[in-house]
Amino acid sequence: MPSVNFTYALKRFFPDLREIDLKAESLSDLLAQLEKKHPGLRAYVLDEQGRLRRHVNIFIDGELIADRDALTDPFRPDSEIYIMQALSGG
Amino acid sequence: MKSTLLLGTRKGLVVYRHQNGQWAMQDVHFPGVPVSIAYADERNGVWWACLDHGHWGVKLHRSADRGANWEEVTAPAYPEGAEIKPGEPAHTRYLWAMQQGGRRHPDRLWVGTEPGGLFRSDDGGREFQLVESLWNHPSRENNWFGGGRDHAGIHSVVVDPRDENHVYVGVSCAGVFESVDAGKTWAVRNKGLRADFLPDPEAEVGHDPHLLVASPANPDVMWQQNHCGIFRSVDGGRLWTDISEKDGPASFGFAIAVADDDPDQAWVAPAVSDMHRLAIDRSLCVCRTDDGGKSWKTLRHGLPQGHSFDIVYRHALACSGDGLAFGTTTGNLFFSADRGERWQVINNYLPMVHSVLFVE
Repeated sequence: MPSVNFTYALKRFFPDLREIDLKAESLSDLLAQLEKKHPGLRAYVLDEQGRLRRHVNIFIDGELIADRDALTDPFRPDSEIYIMQALSGG
Repeated sequence: MKSTLLLGTRKGLVVYRHQNGQWAMQDVHFPGVPVSIAYADERNGVWWACLDHGHWGVKLHRSADRGANWEEVTAPAYPEGAEIKPGEPAHTRYLWAMQQGGRRHPDRLWVGTEPGGLFRSDDGGREFQLVESLWNHPSRENNWFGGGRDHAGIHSVVVDPRDENHVYVGVSCAGVFESVDAGKTWAVRNKGLRADFLPDPEAEVGHDPHLLVASPANPDVMWQQNHCGIFRSVDGGRLWTDISEKDGPASFGFAIAVADDDPDQAWVAPAVSDMHRLAIDRSLCVCRTDDGGKSWKTLRHGLPQGHSFDIVYRHALACSGDGLAFGTTTGNLFFSADRGERWQVINNYLPMVHSVLFVE
């Protein structure tokens, strides 16, 4: 199962957030499962149209995803997925 | 005068209390998080915080116990498929106005947003629905545009206390819209305004009211600090009259406050033109009219003169009885106990101040 890891910045809002292995077919599916475990999390990562927020990044095995709108980037059963924040100043 | 000040700042929601003749900082909520609006619903005492997380989107929190505990509620969100323009999906970029919906509708709340959507809740803020009638107004797609932000935004919601289904919104840039049926239908109310930045300054839509307010003492008397001057209406927005000072500072600015008890008295916080957005002559002043805008008095006593870069944002000037307070872009907070005649500093070291509100 792919493992999912999170930026520490999200733990401010979801203190129970931990690295987790999830069986998922797609990033959208994965985020839907995370939403069930951590209600509200999806709206921190995606906007209401399902697009990745501008200052949030998702990496699959170290590579930034290409499709920020529909989240169609594929991954393998043993992929490592990171949900990160972009850095911005001030 | 109400004895609490709620400040929405770039680094949190700051609470001040007035005790023994002095203002003292009481709490900071959401430290480090930009708060676009700090609001209190006077019907039930609930405090609201509109948050603008840079990374995680806008969020809405409420507190029933004056900030002791906060609960996140679902922020206003655009329905699936909503588009700013064809091919440009809409999502909530900024919460720019919050207004309770009146005592006869105790669970109604209005929220104005960028990119131009008005939202209404009828369950005390648990859920907000986009007001489709305004979003689908025929003028929106082609005649609304960004002013101060990337897209058009609703920064002002005015509810008529005599008939709470009677509502106005102020939109930058589009202008003033009026509804007499709680948002089912809308009429444009920009007659008499001037938009010098448009090819046709008297266009029906495309104006930039920086802030729209109504007199609590006579809600037919409305005021706006506009991008192109200060305007007043005595007939509920049907006709606006330019009341800018001809040879004085009261012209360009963002904020305007009208006295609780006098429809002819209001304050503005002037700045140098839209080209510069600076304090005039590096000096901060507030201008007050006591005669409905026929004349203006410039009030400087106690404000920095000759070395100031402060600007006052649209929601950052507030009045309550004889009390007046404003916060600035450079983190100064000033208070006057006598309607602006003399000012004192409350704090010189705040973050940028987005909103100021007196509450009980």
